[in-house]
Amino acid sequence: MTTETRKIVIPSQLLGDIEHKKAGKGAFVENGKIYSELLGVLNDNSDYISVTPLKGRYDPVERDLVIGVVEEAMSSSWLVDINAAYPALLHVNEVPWDVEFGETDRYLNQGDSIMAKVLQVDQEKKLQITLKDYNLFKIKGGYILDVEPTKVPRIIGKKGSMISLLKNYTKCRIFVGQNGRVWIDGNDEGVQKVIDTIKVIENEALSYGLTDRIEKLLKKDAKDVQ
Amino acid sequence: MPITPSIKRDYLVNLAKQGKRADGREFNEYRKIEIETGVISKAEGSAKVKIGNTQVLAGIKMDIGEPYPDTPNEGVMMTAAELIPLASPDFEAGPPDKKSIELARVVDRGIRESKIVDVEKLCIVPREKVWMIFIDIHILDYDGNLFDAASLAALAALETTKVPIESERFKSLLKKLQEKFPTIEKYLNDHPKDFSLPLSEPPISCTSVKFNDVIAMDPSLDEEEIAETRLTVATDKNGHIRAMQKGLSGSFTKEEIKKVIKASIDNGKKIREKLYKSVGK
Amino acid sequence: MKPEVKLFENGKRLDGRKPHDLRKIKIEVGVLHRAEGSCYLEWGGNKVIAAVYGPREAVPRHTQNPLKAIVNARYNMAAFSVDDRKRPGPDRRSTEISKVISEALAHVILVERFPRASIDVSIEILDAEAGTRCAGITAAAIALVDAGIPMKDIPVACAAGKIEGQIVLDLGKEEDNLGDADLPVAISPRTGEVLLLQMDGHLTQEEFEKAFDLAVKGCHTVSELQKKAILEKYGSMPEAE
Repeated sequence: MTTETRKIVIPSQLLGDIEHKKAGKGAFVENGKIYSELLGVLNDNSDYISVTPLKGRYDPVERDLVIGVVEEAMSSSWLVDINAAYPALLHVNEVPWDVEFGETDRYLNQGDSIMAKVLQVDQEKKLQITLKDYNLFKIKGGYILDVEPTKVPRIIGKKGSMISLLKNYTKCRIFVGQNGRVWIDGNDEGVQKVIDTIKVIENEALSYGLTDRIEKLLKKDAKDVQ
Repeated sequence: MPITPSIKRDYLVNLAKQGKRADGREFNEYRKIEIETGVISKAEGSAKVKIGNTQVLAGIKMDIGEPYPDTPNEGVMMTAAELIPLASPDFEAGPPDKKSIELARVVDRGIRESKIVDVEKLCIVPREKVWMIFIDIHILDYDGNLFDAASLAALAALETTKVPIESERFKSLLKKLQEKFPTIEKYLNDHPKDFSLPLSEPPISCTSVKFNDVIAMDPSLDEEEIAETRLTVATDKNGHIRAMQKGLSGSFTKEEIKKVIKASIDNGKKIREKLYKSVGK
Repeated sequence: MKPEVKLFENGKRLDGRKPHDLRKIKIEVGVLHRAEGSCYLEWGGNKVIAAVYGPREAVPRHTQNPLKAIVNARYNMAAFSVDDRKRPGPDRRSTEISKVISEALAHVILVERFPRASIDVSIEILDAEAGTRCAGITAAAIALVDAGIPMKDIPVACAAGKIEGQIVLDLGKEEDNLGDADLPVAISPRTGEVLLLQMDGHLTQEEFEKAFDLAVKGCHTVSELQKKAILEKYGSMPEAE
């Protein structure tokens, strides 16, 4: 059994120097030395050093799938909260419906949730999202769970392994937004099980062998029910 | 103010229809309550209360001053509440807004109108000098139900307050005032040591919210966000009602109010026991 | 008349400390549920809580800087934190302290990452006993790390002063009131850059240098405590069974 633990680093921690490696995300260079700028997990590869944050707001990246909540319907666009530092703009040209000027609230209103994609992030971090894609839609029913954006990769798992496990054992539809929101739809018990399991994943995100442990957990509950 | 997704609202309403709450509680059940007293050394009395994740700190400061003209032989009590930006992403720095003022006044009334503090015993020189009690409520973490957490913190702080008559600060102040008001000499002889505030048994406040015809006591943050109306009821050890406050624009039926009163009496008893245990009574 | 208070007795200070001793410090990371980052810190008789919200879009709109985030630190003393109750709300002293703390923090935060945003830091003094601004910055720095804000360094602060002609570290309450000088200093410990510097009282150039060096030394000691607290909270991760 491996007793390895991932190395946690903090801002200002010396990680290496540019003679031997390059500085990746989460690290900065000063006077030829590479330092961490974040509280996070150290990734020390053969040619670069980066730090994966443990905490922090969602930082939008173009093409990310996100779950947004409509804040305001304006005359030819909507303002949408995507759990980033800034609200995102959804223009009428970026939705699958034919929306007349001033009729935006007939399609999407304050409080509605949508599965969208990040279209553009400009230099001033002005954000635009779109609903125009086959896998994007207005969300109806179900439950939206808030999770820490930094834990999303763990909830999805390598090649979707973790999320597939959850779907199979709970028979729920699950969509994970990169912005730390998870949409769950199914019967009440299934939904609750997904919520509880994701909480466990969040707490133990950095440990090894998590996928196996979660599978054991889900199997055990399934047996108990029978 | 962030927008509550309508899905969240539907989910909570759906659960409620099946008799369930999102965190698994019964509708009349409180979250875990923790009371810690004597947490601030500079304050004459202090308490930190946690209800679930909501955290409130109350501090009591005392001073000597003039009584109000219409109550010349009574001590003065003032309550203030600060919804500091620390406690929630929606709290803004600045002068108290409607919410913090309502919170302070409801807590204040609960204490004042139920005459928990026997203010007549806080008179030093009739018509001239009385003890002043300042109750300051500092919200640290807002996760639903500030009314009950704030009231409980204020009560716990009052229960453990010691009037610091022996302190250098008040000893010298009273000696100075003695020159103008010679009766203070007798007052000092009658009160040689620090003493507890003269308190009677406190009423306990219990808050409920209503959404979609469902009434939930000790609302979580999510439940408060979708609440149509809110009712706070303070009851005493005899099951009598000592204060009530309805908030928000929805409505209650008479039957609902009676149910809330009964649940408030039941929970009030439990909370009062907890309060006494934590202050060592 | 008040008896003459001696600040030194047999080489020991009023609270038993030696001239270069720090008061006891206790740190808890991530103590609040709503805040994105938080820290509770006790330093001698000081009790401080700091919370961070952000980065989030700066409001009102006209305060937005299109090139970087603005750092809003708000230093506030609770009404019950001092001997004579303080009226709630900002006074001129808190406003000034908020400003110098914002400036100190802005220097180490990578603000260019978040144009048009604000990073809001709330520092509440719950119990005060000299050196609140140093305790405040130290706690705020930890809260920023806890919130995942990218920074070049973790700032830290400590004060030194002069009492009865002697330079001492970390003034206590009576020493602050009756002493001859108070010098709070905040630094970026990695580079030694000075982020905050204030002085009131009377110091010769030589005394200033001694006090400054002593304060910086104190800063480094406290910096180790900050890092230890953060790693204690996040460093030990659950192992596989």
